[in-house]
Amino acid sequence: MMSTLPSASGSPHAPTPSQPADITQITSSKVHMGANGAPKREPGRQRPSAALPNETLLRWLRDMILIREFENRCAQAYQQAKIGGFCHLYIGQEALAVGTIGCLNHDDPIVTAYRDHGHALARGMSPRACMAEMFGRLAGCAKGKGGSMHMFDKPNWMFGGHGIVGAQTPLGAGLAFAAKYEVEVMRRTVDGGPARRKVALCYLGDGALNQGALHEAMNLAGLWDLPVIYIVENNRYSMGTAIERGTTMAHDLTAKAAAYGIEGVRIDGMDILNIYDQFKPLVDRCREQSRPAFVDLLTYRYQGHSMSDPQKYRKKEEVETVRQRDSIELLSQHLMAERRCLSESRLQEMIDECKAAAMDALTFAETAPAPEAAAELYSDVYVNPQPGLSPLREYHQGAKNPLL
Amino acid sequence: MRLSDIDWSKPLPAREGARQIQFREALREAMSEEMRRDDRVFLMGEEVAYYNGAYKVSQGMLDEFGPQRIIDAPISENGFAGLAVGAAMYGLRPIIEFMSWSFSLVAADQILNNVPKMLYMSGGQWGCPVVFRGNDGAGGQLGSTHSWCVEGLYSNVPGLKIAIPSCAYDAKGLLKTSIVDDDPVFFLESERMLSDKGHVPEAEYYIPFGKAALRHEGDDCTLVSFGRPVNFCLDAAAELEKDGIRVDVLDMRTVRPLDTESIVRSLKKTGRVVVVDQCWPFASVASEVITQVCERAFDYLDHQPLRVNSDDVPAPYAKNLEAEFLPHKGKIIEAVKKAVGRL
Repeated sequence: MMSTLPSASGSPHAPTPSQPADITQITSSKVHMGANGAPKREPGRQRPSAALPNETLLRWLRDMILIREFENRCAQAYQQAKIGGFCHLYIGQEALAVGTIGCLNHDDPIVTAYRDHGHALARGMSPRACMAEMFGRLAGCAKGKGGSMHMFDKPNWMFGGHGIVGAQTPLGAGLAFAAKYEVEVMRRTVDGGPARRKVALCYLGDGALNQGALHEAMNLAGLWDLPVIYIVENNRYSMGTAIERGTTMAHDLTAKAAAYGIEGVRIDGMDILNIYDQFKPLVDRCREQSRPAFVDLLTYRYQGHSMSDPQKYRKKEEVETVRQRDSIELLSQHLMAERRCLSESRLQEMIDECKAAAMDALTFAETAPAPEAAAELYSDVYVNPQPGLSPLREYHQGAKNPLL
Repeated sequence: MRLSDIDWSKPLPAREGARQIQFREALREAMSEEMRRDDRVFLMGEEVAYYNGAYKVSQGMLDEFGPQRIIDAPISENGFAGLAVGAAMYGLRPIIEFMSWSFSLVAADQILNNVPKMLYMSGGQWGCPVVFRGNDGAGGQLGSTHSWCVEGLYSNVPGLKIAIPSCAYDAKGLLKTSIVDDDPVFFLESERMLSDKGHVPEAEYYIPFGKAALRHEGDDCTLVSFGRPVNFCLDAAAELEKDGIRVDVLDMRTVRPLDTESIVRSLKKTGRVVVVDQCWPFASVASEVITQVCERAFDYLDHQPLRVNSDDVPAPYAKNLEAEFLPHKGKIIEAVKKAVGRL
């Protein structure tokens, strides 16, 4: 009888060499994967990203650089103990948030986990509001009540930033349910406007694959045709546990979605053009057909899980291998060599602008006032406060959120 | 309809009258009236649609509102509770039926981590206006896992409102208020009371949260209760009266908010208080009520406050053991007699 105890090599479901199951196995920038890891290049057919104007790609490049520079400042501020709690950086994964959000309409809702600064910035949150939140300032997106893991942005349809692994996955189903309900039941939006079909994106880390919440949510989404796309930001590690040590079928995660009748796709997430090529048609399909989807998006974080991670579980060479295909490098090379719409000097200007924006956010956050306890400790607990809710003090309305 | 649109100065309709309906029908009327008014409201839960409700609360609602608004959920409490969170944040008004509040424990992360904290964590951007409702408490010989009385656990969490009606009249008025409130409400019913009949007026009405109802009057002792045990208190009050002991019975209707003012007002008259609560005693709602009484009205107490809870053991199956386990009439009478020095 085969032992079912964990072995040093991890899961018995070993990846086959022909299908790169994680980002460390992709060494050529020419490899573009289609569904379930099969290389996809249909001869004679233009890639969808080829139709994108230069301005769009330049904006994406700027967004990616901004996220990286912003995160560098976060790391610095965290090391100086100016940011408290937990802080999870997005460095390495920039193309994923920027590329997938780049496939959406502005009013398509998104929800994510705790590694959420990248999504917030990609969705359009000001770096000031994002940084001020981490500094625990009233000018932060959650008035300093949420912190790094709780980036909420109502005007930009970003429904958080959620700290419990997998807890956001039923919310993603709920956002899609509501969007569908507007069109099919109310025939108007909740605000009384004309309803249109939407797609909800729900991001999760590969560590969330093993939470029951995800599986309940995927069953509901499959059952009720909810237009939600579950995007696994597969960076290979749930904290320090390599994916094959904690997750079955690590070589083919889409099998998990197949069990719920949900279409699954694996996408190389370091190349933003490839993300667009694969993800945009999927978004369109989910919107038109009101169906869920599941994406195993291969990515990598260059930094530790959080700021307090010594990274003993992986080799430096592994990080270096992935960095050979750095997403910002890949896109800037493309824009310089193929599109010829970017020069070295313009790129440097862009980097300088982003560094300045990140610095500005840092300076702003450092000097912004903290929420006053008398005004803010007991506000935002109830929408309709009333006497008798607490034996200590009465709840009240607080300052208006700076984003509203 | 918003909470602020309701004219709270208008007196509530008469509690007594000829229109006698079951507790479950009162719940159904409340949901149906609000669903007719507001198409953002939908009902989701296990067996609520085609089965017509595991306890027939939603009987006929599928026929009226259709399967897109009366929605059978698979047995995935964490999944559909979380779906409701997302839908509520987006702008809908979900009513989630837990067949039993015992099963809400499976959804603890959603209902305790997300529901009550979303408004705070988002800095006031998104509340979570969901009504979670279902059967709470023992009494049907269901054994310990199905007999949870959750108000002791859940009332510990800020951000929630908790309503626990004791009769059909309150069930309807409190549930209507719960549905229009922008805050999340945990609405605790009792399977043992669903068939109980009582007067429910024809006209619509909303019962404010945080306002206790004086259900029986007397000068000797104050009985404080909520939900099904209010009826045990009323039975005890009738029997105590035969011995010449007259009690106030305060039906709190909601435990969060808690109408401590009414308790203190009654206590100033009686000097004695007994809290009857079907949770376990340790860190219970009764403990909280007594703490607040001591904090606010210690000088008016002529006897130390007493509590009558369910016994401090898992809910038993055997009929006689379960009957003894509950905060029944006999325990209440004994506590009152002790408080008034007649034991």
